[in-house]
Amino acid sequence: DIDDVGHKYYLELELEDVLDKDSTVNCTAEVLYHLGNKNIAPDVQFTLEGEPKNTDEADNIFYNRIKNLEKELVAENIPDSHGNVPPEMEPIRLLAWVASGYVIWQNSTENTKLQLAQIKHVKQVKRSDEYLEFDYMILLHDTVSQEIIPWQMTVLWHPQHGVQVTQDSRQPKHASG
Amino acid sequence: LQLDFWLAPRGLGHPVDIRVPFPSLQPLKAHLEANGISYSIMIEDVQTLVDDEQMEMLRSRRGLPVSTNTFDYATYHSLDEIYTFMDLLVSENPNLVSKLEIGRSTENRPLYVLKFSKGGTNRPAIWIDTGIHSREWVTQASGVWFAKKIVQDHENNEGVASILDKMDIFLEIVTNPDGFVFTQTQNRMWRKTRSRHSGSVCVGVDPNRNWDAGFGGPGASGNTCSETYHGPYANSEPEVKSIVDFVKSHGNIKAFISIHSYSQLLLYPYGYTTTPVPDQKELHEISKKAVAALSSLYGTNYKYGSIITTIYQASGGTIDWTYNQGIKYSFTFELRDTGRYGFLLPAKQIVPTAQETWLALKVIMQHTLDHPY
Repeated sequence: DIDDVGHKYYLELELEDVLDKDSTVNCTAEVLYHLGNKNIAPDVQFTLEGEPKNTDEADNIFYNRIKNLEKELVAENIPDSHGNVPPEMEPIRLLAWVASGYVIWQNSTENTKLQLAQIKHVKQVKRSDEYLEFDYMILLHDTVSQEIIPWQMTVLWHPQHGVQVTQDSRQPKHASG
Repeated sequence: LQLDFWLAPRGLGHPVDIRVPFPSLQPLKAHLEANGISYSIMIEDVQTLVDDEQMEMLRSRRGLPVSTNTFDYATYHSLDEIYTFMDLLVSENPNLVSKLEIGRSTENRPLYVLKFSKGGTNRPAIWIDTGIHSREWVTQASGVWFAKKIVQDHENNEGVASILDKMDIFLEIVTNPDGFVFTQTQNRMWRKTRSRHSGSVCVGVDPNRNWDAGFGGPGASGNTCSETYHGPYANSEPEVKSIVDFVKSHGNIKAFISIHSYSQLLLYPYGYTTTPVPDQKELHEISKKAVAALSSLYGTNYKYGSIITTIYQASGGTIDWTYNQGIKYSFTFELRDTGRYGFLLPAKQIVPTAQETWLALKVIMQHTLDHPY
């Protein structure tokens, strides 16, 4: 507890590469949740001990595949109801995972536990510059309230420049389901 | 031109998506180009997509199952398929399995419980339910697998033979059939029942907040549109009331296990209060053993503890009520995973999940057998 400021948590984590269980990196972090109802994202400071695996080759293959598509990529329900993800959609799902991490961070409090539940819809937006742009409609699941929250996010990505969420907005839930 | 707008115009700078009948293609393109409006083709031929989808649906209409030996346990099934499975299991094993109807859902679907018994009258019993929250599909799928497993193992001693020699097992596989059908037809993320109460704007009650234990207290919502809406009063939901009536009239249930997903947790009461249950120490020890057994199979990590200290405060919950009725061995599971797929757990994880969970269930059942009360 930090009087008049908020609650600070000291964490020791082990990060594991989702695509390669043997690739792990240790991490220490400090997270400060601000007091009161201000809609401010928690402060996060972290240090990685070492480097995550290099992914340049896979990144470039994906980048070139999408850049060279004749028609813009469009997809929905990833994973589908049965948990299936077509192999060519796996990088799209991983990108959403990363981008949703930013949205989750910006909207987290000590009383939320948000996870990406599903990509309802994704559409590529062709750009004249080197970036790839995707317009996602995702569903976030809050394990505390059990609510499913639709969220729109516009994501930019480039192998050397990383991920950016340039726009995001919470969407209204449908009334009767 | 018979243009069919799939994304309607909503203002400058916003895209518009249109399905264009073939004869209107040229005129529309000419019109857009003449006005300097850029466009791109998203789908060349909608009919091809529709045809493909039709074929897919026909292929996956495998038809209803014909035997529990050829039933595919590694995929998700419809309500009809699961109800057919139950009837098959009973007809294949009439001396062990029977099907009871304990009530009807809001939309008048039968609520079925399978009874596994080697005889006797009103023997002490174990209750297991899956699918009370309809979107937690790995639970109903695991329930189907458990049913078959009990039948396969009822004579062998690493199985449930000794348990069934003295006790009965009751298994409700689709505890919330209305919600389940809704997840298959309208909204995969539906959790609650499908009841409408006067004065409700929204549909459905959280069946795990509707029990008479701390009902309406903190840890449930009074807002009908919330996923944790507790309902107008305790046991307002027929899905809940039918179990309450069954438990009370049976009078000899000794263990009660309610299965959910996801989070990988094994929980015991209470959820509605921080006051520990009198049997806390024993329940904690059982949980420790059960979780160890579960992990031994595939290394899946579970945490365990009381509901309120392990996840969050939740009032009106199932096992808080059953514990207060005197059913000491009351547990809740949250199955795989921890969020990577969440509710959309890939079908290939159904059987491993069911297998590992079964090991934990056997620990609880064995302990109940060994500690009569």
